[in-house]
Amino acid sequence: MRTPQPIPRDASQQARDAWATATSAPVTTEPASPPQQPNRSEKASRLGCVALEKSYRKGDLVIPVLRGVDLEVTSGEFLSVSGQSGSGKSTLLHVLGLLDAPNVGEVHCDGRRIDNLTEPKRDELRNQNFGFIFQSYHLLPELTLLENVVAPLAIRFSTLRWWSQRKAIHERASEIIEKVGLGHRIKHRPSELSGGEMQRAAIARALIGQPRVLLADEPTGNLDSATGQEIMALLASLNEVQQLTIIMVTHDERIACQAHRIVRLAEGRVETVNQAA
Amino acid sequence: MYKLQLCLRYLRTRWIAMASIVSVMLGVATMIVVNSVMAGFATEMRERIHGILADIVVETHTLDGDPDAAARMQEIQEVAGNYVEAMTATVEVYGMISFKYRGQVITRPVTLIGIDPETKGAVSPLVTNLTSFTSGRRMGLALEDDANIGCRVAGVLSGSSADTGGIHAGDRITGCNGTAVQDTRELASRLKNAVDQKAIELDIIRDGQPLTLELPVPRPTWNLTADAREHRRAIIELERRRLEWNQPQDIVPAGGTQAAPQPTPPDLNTPPGSQPSPLTPPPSFETIPPPARDFSTPGTPAPLGSDVADLSDPLPARVYLGAGLIEFPIEDKKTGEIRIERMVLSGEDVRITTVSAGRPPEPRHFTATVVDVFKSGMSEYDSNLVFCNLEELQQTRGMIDPSTGDRAVTSIQVKLKNFEDAETVVERLRAAFPAHIYSVRTWQQKQGPLLAAVELETGILNILLFLIITVAGFGILAIFYMIVVEKTRDIGILKALGASRRGIMSIFLGYGLALGVVGSGVGVLLGLVFVHYINQIEDGITWMLGRKVFDETIYYFPEIPTAVNPLTVGWVALGAIAIAVLASILPARRAAKLHPVQALRYE
Repeated sequence: MRTPQPIPRDASQQARDAWATATSAPVTTEPASPPQQPNRSEKASRLGCVALEKSYRKGDLVIPVLRGVDLEVTSGEFLSVSGQSGSGKSTLLHVLGLLDAPNVGEVHCDGRRIDNLTEPKRDELRNQNFGFIFQSYHLLPELTLLENVVAPLAIRFSTLRWWSQRKAIHERASEIIEKVGLGHRIKHRPSELSGGEMQRAAIARALIGQPRVLLADEPTGNLDSATGQEIMALLASLNEVQQLTIIMVTHDERIACQAHRIVRLAEGRVETVNQAA
Repeated sequence: MYKLQLCLRYLRTRWIAMASIVSVMLGVATMIVVNSVMAGFATEMRERIHGILADIVVETHTLDGDPDAAARMQEIQEVAGNYVEAMTATVEVYGMISFKYRGQVITRPVTLIGIDPETKGAVSPLVTNLTSFTSGRRMGLALEDDANIGCRVAGVLSGSSADTGGIHAGDRITGCNGTAVQDTRELASRLKNAVDQKAIELDIIRDGQPLTLELPVPRPTWNLTADAREHRRAIIELERRRLEWNQPQDIVPAGGTQAAPQPTPPDLNTPPGSQPSPLTPPPSFETIPPPARDFSTPGTPAPLGSDVADLSDPLPARVYLGAGLIEFPIEDKKTGEIRIERMVLSGEDVRITTVSAGRPPEPRHFTATVVDVFKSGMSEYDSNLVFCNLEELQQTRGMIDPSTGDRAVTSIQVKLKNFEDAETVVERLRAAFPAHIYSVRTWQQKQGPLLAAVELETGILNILLFLIITVAGFGILAIFYMIVVEKTRDIGILKALGASRRGIMSIFLGYGLALGVVGSGVGVLLGLVFVHYINQIEDGITWMLGRKVFDETIYYFPEIPTAVNPLTVGWVALGAIAIAVLASILPARRAAKLHPVQALRYE
């Protein structure tokens, strides 16, 4: 659907294509488990959360960050979450991406609750369904650009599988790197790249695992406006061409309005929801 | 997959990790070197002790000995005959030896052991400790070091085994039993290991042609070597001339031993001339009161200078002297070189004092000709033992029953076909021989405290050295903790990409394992190379410091002995790897427990 390239798929990955795998116990035993349970919503809802609450503890002080957030993202949507610093938008992203667990509330995926899965399951789900992009790129400094890009697949596959499929993986990685415009930088270390290049590399890394949802945390925050615009264009085209669901967190209004829908957070609550022009 | 990749990448890019590798490596290398050298020394020492003692020794508590040796040996044969390969009867008794050296009389306490070289040689390697064998002189070889060609045959005695073997003067010896030798010292240490065989093979180069010749090894005897005989003849001749020169001025004191027509030589090293029947025992010496006995053998002495050939005949009593009794190192004032000064040479005579058997013990004196010098490398033995011909010692001490002719002995040494049977044989012998008269022990039991001390020493050293590796382990722990802190953000990234707790943990455990494997691998290699070249390294250090680190005149080893035990090496390497992995568990757990969001925020 998204990519025409024949990326090798193992059983668990096939299972991943059916979103329901999230809760099915041993993933590999149930290839393409079918049942979509539309018990929550009639819409083709992909990812959502209900009454999310999250607070951090600083000594005896409890700092609430999210105070009941409901959000739903449909497949192929480009959603931006904006708000002041401390409004909880990054935390919301982390909770949606299973990097963090909510205190109260649920995260759903295709109608299945995913926030209460066991840790290995959540790790697996994160690896297969979410692609992360961060403000400060977060590339691994020891690895070359290519190695950084293939890292999610390296995590997904066992050494044996990796070796048997490394050619196909590398081909696919090169293709994606080419697509984000870094074909000439393939052997370089992150320290040798510019900020824009690093963010493109991070996007390539997020894409290699064929995720359902791209979670971008201030992807343009460290870039000048021109480079930021290039990154936005890249994200927009990914959303358009590949129908990739994108949730982007930003505090920059101009960046935020390039999404289909803008969710404004304030004090840990959803303030307004705007349909972008 | 990423685990392996990151492990290797961190290994390559973290210089601080090299510190851990080096510390593990040094610990492992030190342990291997120390263990090898200790094992080498211990093995060498055990061999030397074993070489002097037999597998099992049956001893009487009393110095009078067992009156009938033949009967005891028969008994041993009956009790444990099928285990026994060879037996020899010996007499062990305390004594003193005195000899003249540069005008002074030197007296030393010794243990006098009467042996029969033939049977003693069958029980334990005897000839390997006799310098006439290890120097090649017994085989009729005169060797010298040539600066250009190495070990050269200076001369061959006609009729000797070297002559029979086909060695010519001027040949260059390049190998012994297949091992290459460079100089005479090296050849001596090779011969030491070879002369207990029936024959040795020498590789030689004659007129540019390599040849391999086989030399029969003569059996140990109480005979003088040709050059010792020559030396003896020379000193006796010299003494004879000196006496002749002094004859007119000589005032013959009345009575005493001087009254004898043959004057007692002032030099103990110059015995009287030959006697007509040297091996005839003095008649009924038991009846002669000790003070009346002359140091020289009774009998009608031949007039001095009567027959030159007879002059070089040794006395009936003959000894192998421990090298430590008659040798000391001398430093040459000019060159600073240390050479060995020998106070008594083969062919000269020494005086021996011991006690007689029977009640009350009485001092007995006799003069004996030094036939050979005994050098086992155990200073305890070399500076204490004097081997004497059994019959003479038995006779002098009155251990031969005049009526029956039975000869008494104090100990019987037994060699077993298989030393593993020692326990069984000892048990059987203990049952057969009453404990209040005899003690039955293996050589290990006899030297128990010494061997136990060496073992204890090795054990303690190993514990201490393993602590060094443990210290290296703590170094790894500290360094890993640092790396985990430094890599906090990366750990967060990996978690965001879907790495599991176990995956993160195994990165660092694998990292520790890799450090351990590389460190102990290089350490094992380094240790083995060090052990292999330890003598060259010692030479280098000696050259740098300008003084000997390993003085062979003290240790008697031509080179540092080493023995690499593969099992020990394996355990050391495994232990080091285990410590490296154990040390990385704590940092790895910390890394695994990091919260991904907090790790990502970490700057």
